[in-house]
Amino acid sequence: MASQRVFQLGLRRAGVPSLTKVHTAGRMVQRRLAATQHVPEAEGQQILAKQRLNRPNSPHLSIYRPQITWYASSLNRITGIVLSGGLYVFGLAYLAAPTLGWHLETQSLVAAVASWPVIAKVAAKMAVSFPFVFHSLNGVRHLSWDVGLGFKNITVMQTGWAVVGLSVAGSLYLSLFA
Amino acid sequence: MATTRAFARLATRGTAVRPTIFARGFASVDPIAKAGEKLSPEPARKVVPESKTSTLQEPAPDKQAKIKTFHVYRWNPDEPSSKPRMQSYTLDLNKTGPMMLDALIRIKNEMDPTLTFRRSCREGICGSCAMNIDGVNTLACLCRIPTDTAKESRIYPLPHMFVVKDLVPDMTNFYKQYRSIKPYLQRATPPPDGREYRQSKDDRKKLDGLYECILCACCSTSCPSYWWNQEEYLGPAVLLQSYRWIADSRDEKKAERQDALNNSMSLYRCHTILNCSRTCPKGLNPALAIAEIKKGMAFA
Repeated sequence: MASQRVFQLGLRRAGVPSLTKVHTAGRMVQRRLAATQHVPEAEGQQILAKQRLNRPNSPHLSIYRPQITWYASSLNRITGIVLSGGLYVFGLAYLAAPTLGWHLETQSLVAAVASWPVIAKVAAKMAVSFPFVFHSLNGVRHLSWDVGLGFKNITVMQTGWAVVGLSVAGSLYLSLFA
Repeated sequence: MATTRAFARLATRGTAVRPTIFARGFASVDPIAKAGEKLSPEPARKVVPESKTSTLQEPAPDKQAKIKTFHVYRWNPDEPSSKPRMQSYTLDLNKTGPMMLDALIRIKNEMDPTLTFRRSCREGICGSCAMNIDGVNTLACLCRIPTDTAKESRIYPLPHMFVVKDLVPDMTNFYKQYRSIKPYLQRATPPPDGREYRQSKDDRKKLDGLYECILCACCSTSCPSYWWNQEEYLGPAVLLQSYRWIADSRDEKKAERQDALNNSMSLYRCHTILNCSRTCPKGLNPALAIAEIKKGMAFA
């Protein structure tokens, strides 16, 4: 009984290619065609560090698809810089005006702007009103995100485009009629 | 009977331990050392556009072939001073599977065996084939090839990562950051019933939308904040994982976890740009997870 079973199992195993069995050279031996060399770990790290210096940085800003998410975000930052930068520049200039002999008081500014053509007036108003309206409305979105509301992709897109539309309309109103 | 089995086992087994010379070896090639010899002065090299490179054509086009062009980012580390370039391939969509990964595999099998990319499960569970396809980070295996043959597709590696070769980015820093948030259950007390850490159904529900993350890094590498501050800012994927453990009712190190994020860089470089949620191939919402962390820290 025992010997029969051993024989059967042996036959069965012999028919199946197995990784645990040692086969004759040529059938099973994997030949390495590339020359290899043992490198200690510290040296290997140096090779890696050297290789990393060569690695290019994959393209990012120039290839990423324009989307309302990151375009609106960068516009939010730009408008913020324009608004606060404008405030600082004008404030400092106003402070320095008496010593430098500039005329930045309200009456002379009003008189200067009044002599401009209409298109220049509207453009100048637009340059101030659009950053102001966009930054204010987008700030509301940011406040809602801070409390954890409006994170669904579709909501983000809708509110984003709504803010763009509203700020164009609002800044046009401010520069044409106000 | 037991002795029979023992005999049989002994008789049929080969050697007890496989000799090492027959073990399967991994390919390790020496030219790595040679690659470091020629140092190029400028790693941020401009990509050579596809208009200045050759196009590899579909090997056997049919009469009704639906030929679509793919431009693929290529860079070979064996030529370290060379510029990355966009290589063009044309494929017959009738002979190609529906997904971008099928197209890449077909290019590699039939046209250009030197094309290099990571792939494993081909069903969006391993996260290996994350890359930038037509301008958006996604998994190549979950991204259908647009059937409009007039439009050409562009495939880049994940944005603002160091390129190891072709579409393979260096993820070392990403994994290091993941390790830094201690992504495992931290407890000092034994379970009350002495058997297992139990959780109510409501507490378990809080982990939905968090535990599904496969760490493909699509979201992190879509984040402009992560592009500019990769060394310090943890990025959406790792922060989502961090929130997965902060939100876990069984974890007892919530305060320590929050404390580790309480600096100007780790967490607060998130400016709610929301590219991360927009791009997640698994439909998760890393931005919401980050907002919840911030909220939890503000009202703690």
